[in-house]
Amino acid sequence: MKILVPVKRVIDYNVKPRVKADGSGVDLANVKMSMNPFDEIAVEEAIRIKEAGKAEEIIAVSIGPAKAQETLRTALAMGVDRAILVETDDEVEPLAVAKILKAIAEEETAGIVMLGKQAIDDDSNQTGQMLAALMGRPQGTFANTVEVDGDSVTVKREVDGGLETVKLTLPAIVTTDLRLNEPRYASLPNIMKAKKKPLDTKSPSDYGVDTAPRLKTTNVSEPPVRQAGEKVEDVDALVAKIKALGIA
Amino acid sequence: MKTLVWVEHDNAEMKDATLAAVTAASKLGEVHLIVAGSGCRAVAEQAAKVAGVGKVHLADDAAYEHVLAENVAPLIADQMGHHDAFVAPATTTGKNIAPRVAALLDVMQISDILSVEGEKTFTRPIYAGNAIATVESSDAKLVITVRGTAFDKAATEGGSGTIEEISGPADAGLSSFVSAEIAESDRPELTSAKVIVSGGRALKDGETFEQIITPLADKLGAGIGASRAAVDAGYVPNDYQVGQTGKIVAPEVYIAIGISGAIQHLAGMKDSKTIIAINKDEDAPIFQVADIGLVADLFKAVPELTEKL
Repeated sequence: MKILVPVKRVIDYNVKPRVKADGSGVDLANVKMSMNPFDEIAVEEAIRIKEAGKAEEIIAVSIGPAKAQETLRTALAMGVDRAILVETDDEVEPLAVAKILKAIAEEETAGIVMLGKQAIDDDSNQTGQMLAALMGRPQGTFANTVEVDGDSVTVKREVDGGLETVKLTLPAIVTTDLRLNEPRYASLPNIMKAKKKPLDTKSPSDYGVDTAPRLKTTNVSEPPVRQAGEKVEDVDALVAKIKALGIA
Repeated sequence: MKTLVWVEHDNAEMKDATLAAVTAASKLGEVHLIVAGSGCRAVAEQAAKVAGVGKVHLADDAAYEHVLAENVAPLIADQMGHHDAFVAPATTTGKNIAPRVAALLDVMQISDILSVEGEKTFTRPIYAGNAIATVESSDAKLVITVRGTAFDKAATEGGSGTIEEISGPADAGLSSFVSAEIAESDRPELTSAKVIVSGGRALKDGETFEQIITPLADKLGAGIGASRAAVDAGYVPNDYQVGQTGKIVAPEVYIAIGISGAIQHLAGMKDSKTIIAINKDEDAPIFQVADIGLVADLFKAVPELTEKL
C-alpha cells in the first residue's frame, strides 16, 4: 500500500502573526516558515505505518510556491520516500487543493491519504473531508489513534465530549489531531540523504484543476484587544468581586 | 434566502450548539432545520419549537444513527436542491460533515464564522484568532460553519415549525461506527457553561488538580477546563482542553488558576465576559487579559476562596 501525505508550508507556530496596516493580509515577509504542525503528525503516522510493515511507500505532496520544496525536504528527511511539488504562487483554496490531491491520489493509487486536520494559517479544517467527498471514499477525521488492518483502517477520533471509533474501508482519508503522536526530528544523516531523494515538480494545470478562488478576502484586521483590569490584594477582596458578579 | 441548519443531537435531545447556528442563519433568511438520526423524532419535535423556525426536515433511518459523514453528507446535498445555504455549528460533528457537503456541491465552505456582514459576506478568525478576515463568497450556494460563542442562542420556545419526513441515500457501506467513549458528567459542558474554572500546569499532578479545582467548580456550578500544558502533563483528559487546539469557550466568568496565559490558551477563552486569574507570577501574560487578578500561591488562595464563597 502507498500512503499519500499532503503537507503545507505555513508560518511557524511560534511566530505571532502581524496584520498588515492596509488590511490586505498577514505580513509573511522575513517570517520563519515551517511545516504545518498537524501535517508533521501526519508524516510521522505514515512513517510509523510503514515501519510496522503495513505500507510500502510514502509520497509527500505540497501545493504552493517554489519554497515549499523545503517543506517537502523536511518530510523526506523524516522518512518519506519521494515528493511532488505542485508549484503555484497563487493562494489555493481547500476545494481546489482537494481536487489536485484527488488527481494525485488516483494516479498513485494511494491506500491512505493522511493529512493534518487543519492548517494553522487559514484554519479552514476542510481539505481532508472535501477530498473524501470528491473521491467517494470514507473519512476518519481528527484522528487520535490509527490502526491499519488488511483492507480497512480503524480510527479513534477526538470528538466533543470524548472519543469515537469508526472503521473505514480502504482506500480512506485520515486527518490527524494533536494527540496522535509526537513527530520525530530528522537526523543530520537523514537530512543529507533527503537531498538525493526524488522530488518532481508539477503545476495545477497538469491535473486540469482550475484554482481560481471562490472566496474573496476583502479585509484582514486585528482582533479586538482586551484591556488588563485590576489586581486585588487578597482572597477577601476577590470573594467580594466574585459575589458582585452574581455567580456565588 | 432559504437556509438549512444542521441540528446537533444525540438522537434523544437537541444540543445547544444548534441554537447559535439558528441565530446566524436567521440573519441570512428563512430558517429550516434538518434532523438526521435514528429514532430521533423527539429531537425534531424539540427543534420545531425553536423560535423562528420554519420546516424541520426529519430523516429517521438506521443509516444516520451515528451521523457518519459518508451517509449524511449526500442526504444534505440532496436537500440543497431547494435551499440556498447549509449552516452547521462548528462542533466536531459540524466540522466533519459540512466540508463533505460543500465538496459534493462544488462550493468553498466558509468556516467558523463570527458575524454575518451581508448576504454572502462574513467574518472569520484566521491564524488562531490573531487576525479576523472578512470574506465574500462567489458560489451560488453557501456552506457555513458557525462559531457558537459568536452568536446569541435562539430561544428554545415560541416556534411552530412543521415536521416533514424526508429520506435520502441508503448506507454508503464505506464506514461503520465501532464505539464511543463519552465522559458522563453532571457538570455543565465547557462550551455551554456560564462559569468555567480552569487549571494549568502549576497544579502539579492529576490528584492535586482534582483537590484544588473541583471543590471550587462545585461551589460555583462551573465547568472544568485546563490549559494544554496541564493536558500534555496528563493531569486531565484532552476534552478538558481550552485553547486554539482544544475548545473555544466564552462563559460569563472564566477563572484561570495557575495558567500563565500562552497565546494558544488565550485564543480559546479571550472572549469570556469576565476573566479572573490567580497566579503567583505577577508578570504572567494572563494578567494582561484578566479583568480581576490575584497574585498569590494558588495552593493557599484557592482553598481559602472556596471556603469563603
